Amino acid sequence: MNRTFSKLALWAFLALLVALFLGYFITRVLPDYLPAGRAVPPRLGDLVFYACAAATVAGAAGVAFSRNIVWSCIGLLIALLGTAALYVFLSADFLAVAQLLVYIGGVLVLILFAVMLTNRIGEVNVSNQSLGLGGGLAVFAAVAPLLMLVAVLVPWPVRPPGPMAPTTARIGDEFLSTWLLPFEVASVVLLATLVGAVVMARKELKAD
Amino acid sequence: MTPLESYFPLAVVFALALVLGLALVGLAALLGPRRPSRVKEAPFECGSDPVGDARGRFGVKFYVIALLFVVFDIEAVFIYPWAVQVRELGWNGFATMAVFAATLVAGLAYVWKKGALDWE
Repeated sequence: MNRTFSKLALWAFLALLVALFLGYFITRVLPDYLPAGRAVPPRLGDLVFYACAAATVAGAAGVAFSRNIVWSCIGLLIALLGTAALYVFLSADFLAVAQLLVYIGGVLVLILFAVMLTNRIGEVNVSNQSLGLGGGLAVFAAVAPLLMLVAVLVPWPVRPPGPMAPTTARIGDEFLSTWLLPFEVASVVLLATLVGAVVMARKELKAD
Repeated sequence: MTPLESYFPLAVVFALALVLGLALVGLAALLGPRRPSRVKEAPFECGSDPVGDARGRFGVKFYVIALLFVVFDIEAVFIYPWAVQVRELGWNGFATMAVFAATLVAGLAYVWKKGALDWE
């Protein structure tokens, strides 16, 4: 299988996915907004929601398909921001702020550092396009039917968005009562991170 | 108030930041004169002739510092819900939080002892 063919197959496959999604969107989602054939403009909240969801998917696609790893990081930023916006739509204010603070303020910086630490980052052989096509198709064939089935069969209840209530106090209560053990185990995970960072960095320094 | 209403100011700030960033870069690209020369296109290195690759490797120390930051960032996120409820949770909650923090202080002591905080 030569390179242009596999590339062509990949793009055809992506186009098929987009077409499937558009078909689903037009036949299943849009009719709810068009009762009795009369065009009713969708509410602003719905438009903002779809914009955020589209930005998230676009960012994730950027991570997967960008050939430049720094652009992949920027795509990750957009995907994480979109996820934070989706948390806001679910009235999960604490989760949204934690997402901003930890993932965008911390993890993304860490990933950028990891990119810059890597030697010869400009000439990395991007091998996941030709190598991973067969395996990727297999994984897709295994996972996609299940996800599609769930998406189509589950009767997703449509509820109006609830009133904004601060969730932080309830999270604090739950942390220190129901979820006490996971809460304390989280600190052990963080401790393992600290120890692992020092051990790995020391090895790296010795190797230089 | 729906989420859309209560987060509207935040959305305005985000939109403003996006528009401002795009406008500044776009206007500079649109209006600025462009007369490239070999000297101008060379990577800037404090005015002297560039040595080596512009994308040099960073020291691993930066990574350790960034990782330490993320760990204590997450600790701050975990402390926040407790701090909101500190009076209701009382000494029981304080003891729980103390165990949580002590675990991380032990980690900090270890990292400090190993010299990961020294910049040399």
